Amino acid sequence: MIRTLTLSAAVALGFAASPALAAGGGDSHVTNYEFSFEGMFGTYDQMQLQRGLQVYTEICSACHGLKFVPLRTLHDDGGPGLPEDQVRAYADFYEVWDPTLFDGEGDFRPAIPSDNFPAVTSAAAPDLSLMAKARAGFHGPYGLGINQFLNGMGGPEYIASLLTGYEDPPSCAPDDMDGSYNTVFAVGGYPDECKNEDGSHKYPGSWISMSQPLYGDDVEYADGHSASLEDVSIDVAAFLMWTAEPKLAARKQAGMTGVIFLTLLSVLLYLTNKKLWAPHKGKKK
Amino acid sequence: MGGIPHDHYEPKSDFTKGMQKRLPVIGLLYDTLMIPTPKNLNWMWIWGIVLTFTLALQIITGIVLVMHYTPHVDMAFASIEHIMRNVNGGHMIRYFHMNGASLFFVAVYAHIFRGLYYGSYKAPREVTWIIGMLIYLLMMGTAFMGYVLPWGQMSFHGTAVITGLFGAIPFVGEALQTWLLGASAVGQPALNRFFSLHYLLPFIIAGLVIVHIWAFHTTGNNNPTGVEVRRTSKEEAERDTLPFWPYFVIKDLFALAIIMVVFVAVVGFMPNYLGHPDNYIEANALATPAHIVPEWYFLPFYAILRAFTAEVWVVMFAEWISFGIIDAKFFGVLAMFGAIAVMALAPWLDTSSVRSGRYRPMFKWWFALLVVDFFVLMWAGAMPAEEPFATISLIASAYWFAYFLVILPLLGVIEKPMTPPATIEDDFNAHYGTSDDAASAAAPTPAE
Repeated sequence: MIRTLTLSAAVALGFAASPALAAGGGDSHVTNYEFSFEGMFGTYDQMQLQRGLQVYTEICSACHGLKFVPLRTLHDDGGPGLPEDQVRAYADFYEVWDPTLFDGEGDFRPAIPSDNFPAVTSAAAPDLSLMAKARAGFHGPYGLGINQFLNGMGGPEYIASLLTGYEDPPSCAPDDMDGSYNTVFAVGGYPDECKNEDGSHKYPGSWISMSQPLYGDDVEYADGHSASLEDVSIDVAAFLMWTAEPKLAARKQAGMTGVIFLTLLSVLLYLTNKKLWAPHKGKKK
Repeated sequence: MGGIPHDHYEPKSDFTKGMQKRLPVIGLLYDTLMIPTPKNLNWMWIWGIVLTFTLALQIITGIVLVMHYTPHVDMAFASIEHIMRNVNGGHMIRYFHMNGASLFFVAVYAHIFRGLYYGSYKAPREVTWIIGMLIYLLMMGTAFMGYVLPWGQMSFHGTAVITGLFGAIPFVGEALQTWLLGASAVGQPALNRFFSLHYLLPFIIAGLVIVHIWAFHTTGNNNPTGVEVRRTSKEEAERDTLPFWPYFVIKDLFALAIIMVVFVAVVGFMPNYLGHPDNYIEANALATPAHIVPEWYFLPFYAILRAFTAEVWVVMFAEWISFGIIDAKFFGVLAMFGAIAVMALAPWLDTSSVRSGRYRPMFKWWFALLVVDFFVLMWAGAMPAEEPFATISLIASAYWFAYFLVILPLLGVIEKPMTPPATIEDDFNAHYGTSDDAASAAAPTPAE
């Protein structure tokens, strides 16, 4: 019975992931891309983050902000690791609103590293700072989500899949549908003409208001890396994982240190406990 | 304090003698730590220490988080990101606090089901049980209000749903909901007061924990046999018990260390496992998430809340007999709170003369079914409100109530329990054999 209860407590952790399942997207098809930051020892690929930063800067930043991300963190170890002078030069590209300027009336000025990336509100596009943690790509096995331990929650996979998920709309769709057809985006508009009689969808995905942002060869990478649609999408997804979870490497290191020391402590306490109780326990008959 | 005869603190030096006369705090600590504890306690008796540790962990990490958090609807979400990015070690402190809530509930559910199986709630430990239930209720309130503070999508819309429950109460519901929120909708007044209460309640919990410990130190611990420690003489009591320090402190610390390995692994490698992706989207009153799902530890009771829809005959009957005052929504609220209330009433619903489930052949199976039922409810609570989950929730909810209101009272009458061992010493020796220093006069009887 004790074993039942102990197991139950362990299973409780497993069941707990089902809300993530219920809150998830639906019948979208998220590709499980391999990322360098997966698993217990995974860390960010500095070159990939720099490429992703380039994609963000040249394309995404036209509509999407990163308002929670301080520009100075581009210099951080475990992040893109830009040299400080490059961070200053990069920050200079952006204009931020400073309410202390112009005798307290406020004015725009070039950003400095201690500023955050500016918020972009003009296009009514969502801020991307936390996007990779705000979307879950997969929840397996059996909705228990235990594979997060090895694969993460699938946020960057979802982003990369969505960016490569644009296709020509199915012929059943009317020409005046708002937005673009995307096979991964699950929560957009969907025409009645493309539904089965029972209301289920004939085609995956739905219509997303963002028109296709990447086509491949949108940017030219300084390191000569391929800029195919898939590569560009994966790079910017990795970059957005970093903006969402910049302390990932430090966290995993702390976790590993904690696990090792606590395991050692457990062994010592086990031996202490055994020795302490030995005089009170006879030989089992 | 305790009813079990044991050596009390004897001050030796002049200073401690003087202190004992003026403020006997050393004596209090000594008697608390050296409390005679049944030596046959098994590994299900470790959760109390885990809970005490987790409460301390939550209070300490929480105090640091408050130093950097801003309870304002426009700034709360950003201040969490400030903690995650700019505060030294802030990401670890916040993830520990966030997952600490889950550790708290894993431990409290294990602790509660331990009590339900071994009959720890039965006389004379009813007061301990009731205080424990109060702590559990306060924990749920604290956890709920803490989840609101990051002001994400799930925080905001979850608050709207949960406070809406109070709105279902007839006549006064709407006024009560407005009073709770400080406004007609979730907003700045709600965030401010939830922040205030989220800081206050843990200290009330800490006070109740002291009373909880005081209560069971007065009655003595229960143990897997449910047989009381012999109290006729100190010699007999000493054959049934060992002092809490060092025997149980070291044992509990060992268990705590193993649990911490798992906990630190979760925090380090998958800290958002138990959270919702939606809560990383800033609260927006105009965009309701597709599925509003509470945190995992509320799911069993959330399932009970949703199980009683207007199509269930019990609900229809209640509505008819009350002239429509008790509608389906209010019935669900009553059922949810009732599910906890019947658990709190277990000491008076259980009629069995034998305390521990170990010696109750029929009870064992009903109890095992209750554990399964709890997980079925948890799973059903996470599923959308549609078939077949609605029917499963209803059956599982019905069993929850049947267990406490029908099965527990009936079993005491129809079940023929086995004979528990005469003493704790017998049980201990049956497991571990007779040791040199504890030669027993009584013949050991098989315990299980």
